[in-house]
Amino acid sequence: MTAIVPALIGMVLIAVGYFVYSKFIAEKIYQLDPNFETPAHSMRDDVDFTPTNRVVLWGHHFTSVAGAAPIIGPAIAVIWGWLPAFIWVIGGTIFFAGVHDFGAIWASVRNQGRSIGSLTGDVVSLRARTLFMIVIFFLLMMVNAVFAVAISNAFVATPSSVIPSWSAIAVAVVIGVLIYKMKVPLLWPTVLGVTMLYSVMYLGERFPVELPQTFMGLGAAPQWIIILFAYATIASMLPVWLLLQPRDYINGIQLIIGLGLLFGAVFIANPTIVAPMYNTVVPEGTPPLLPLLFVTIACGALSGFHGLVASGTTSKQLNKEPDARFVGYLGSSGEGLLALVTIIAVSAGFASLGEWQTVYAQFGGTIGISTFVAGGSQIVSDGLPLSQAFAATLLAVMAILFAATTMDTGVRLQRYIIQEWGTIYKIPALQNGYIATFLAVAACLALAFGAGGADGQGGMLIWPLFGTTNQLLAGLTLLVISVILVKLRRRYIFTLVPMVFVTTMSFLAAIYQLWDLFNGGSYMLMTLDVVVIILAIFVILESTSAFSREKKAAAAS
Amino acid sequence: MRITWADIKRWFRRLAYLASEAYNAPYRGMVARAKREQDDLFMLLIFSEMMGIPNPATYYTLELQPIMLEKFHEWHKRAGMEHSPLDDFRCC
Repeated sequence: MTAIVPALIGMVLIAVGYFVYSKFIAEKIYQLDPNFETPAHSMRDDVDFTPTNRVVLWGHHFTSVAGAAPIIGPAIAVIWGWLPAFIWVIGGTIFFAGVHDFGAIWASVRNQGRSIGSLTGDVVSLRARTLFMIVIFFLLMMVNAVFAVAISNAFVATPSSVIPSWSAIAVAVVIGVLIYKMKVPLLWPTVLGVTMLYSVMYLGERFPVELPQTFMGLGAAPQWIIILFAYATIASMLPVWLLLQPRDYINGIQLIIGLGLLFGAVFIANPTIVAPMYNTVVPEGTPPLLPLLFVTIACGALSGFHGLVASGTTSKQLNKEPDARFVGYLGSSGEGLLALVTIIAVSAGFASLGEWQTVYAQFGGTIGISTFVAGGSQIVSDGLPLSQAFAATLLAVMAILFAATTMDTGVRLQRYIIQEWGTIYKIPALQNGYIATFLAVAACLALAFGAGGADGQGGMLIWPLFGTTNQLLAGLTLLVISVILVKLRRRYIFTLVPMVFVTTMSFLAAIYQLWDLFNGGSYMLMTLDVVVIILAIFVILESTSAFSREKKAAAAS
Repeated sequence: MRITWADIKRWFRRLAYLASEAYNAPYRGMVARAKREQDDLFMLLIFSEMMGIPNPATYYTLELQPIMLEKFHEWHKRAGMEHSPLDDFRCC
């Protein structure tokens, strides 16, 4: 079958989701009011609370939520065939992610722009808030570990991406200095930065960098993991304007260019899908589709991480309440499109079913960015006048930069959490930025190695566990939104059903993985899984009690 | 419809505005907070002597005091002090 069909169907359905379903949610459920004074106005301080143009805010929300995860998840999940992944991505984007992101913004806007974590304390219970914080801590730990493994695999698979990916740091610093120190208007540094980045891609292609096969007993991928964490340690302590801010900006531009190139190439090259629609002969060791599909693809269908962005920064800058629909729903729709194009790249970018089966010979493993790059570059080079090697470098750099920026931010956030613990429990050592960063990196590094082993293989074993934690967070956010709706005596079914579904799937997936990890002898991950299961049980208990309490209260009054 | 030079200029300005907002909006809070922390340190350097902290820099920063005075109120509020901590002058 031609890949244009699912691409078109997916795009049309997401568009219908935006124009019809999100309109219904906005008018009937969240009942957005254009006259409501948003916190950006009522609490304006020009620091956190600033009314911002909705297109800009959409761009920010979209680029913050669409990173490497909607590429890696769908790339792994296509092992069950492209159709299940397609259905979950499109259905998830329309009925789950959109409502979740949009709802998180709305809930926060209606509560003085507070974060979902802090709202959980008020709306559900203080216990639930603690639960929320623990889930976030584990999520950050896993995100750093899993992205380090993903990037290292990509560096090994695409050595031409090494020079451009590291040069991007220099490019970002140059842009940062030009804008902040020299006050150069943004346009020229942008043009300069993008030109520099694409020029070094040619350089990377000419001079691929490969680390020694083994160094001090470590393979190439684990060596990269150590280098990446060394980078993340330094980067997370630099001022944001110097590296993180310009990096984020370049990533946003790259995301839009990358999406344009990929969708454009799909429509021009018209590739044929070689992957099976539903894979009946999955490789040995592949977990069952139900429930694992729903945690393997988190970002791209539903992701709890979005709620943090939505209620952390987006809601404080919302100009008018109805903008929440445009920013939140359309932001997650953009991410859905990235997941959709990834599904197409990894199912139509290979020459034959045999070749596809060779790539998908194992669940997880090194499948991820490199698979997306291999498939995507084939399609781009077929459809556009670019060589496959250049297209591969371009896509690899795009995905690596996303993942690296997430690591940078992740380590930074992890440090804040540890420092906060230092303050709460009065441990001065933990309040020290260097010690907190060291601890954060050590925990993530231990996890990356514990998950991947010294040979760095099988690092993606941790991916479903990361997805499970992410979905638990989404479940908690949907719980908060649902409870608010119950209190307002509105229909809550549209947030409750996704919440029950995703929490159940996460719980089942965690139980299944426990068995799987025990059999595989991955005791470290197994311990982590036990923690996730306990968290899931608490989420379920909290939800049930909060819900029945609020229902009773609503009925009594 | 004829596209005039003025139209192009307007589009260009709009693009530049959107780009600069896209660059700044996500980090506005973080950057402002970092700047505020530096400002607070600066404030402390200037007024430290008045608060009983011996500081040789006070003599050299004396002429900055009138300029910083306006910001002083904002600062002590943020530092958690309802009223001015200095006996010499009460801004509120």
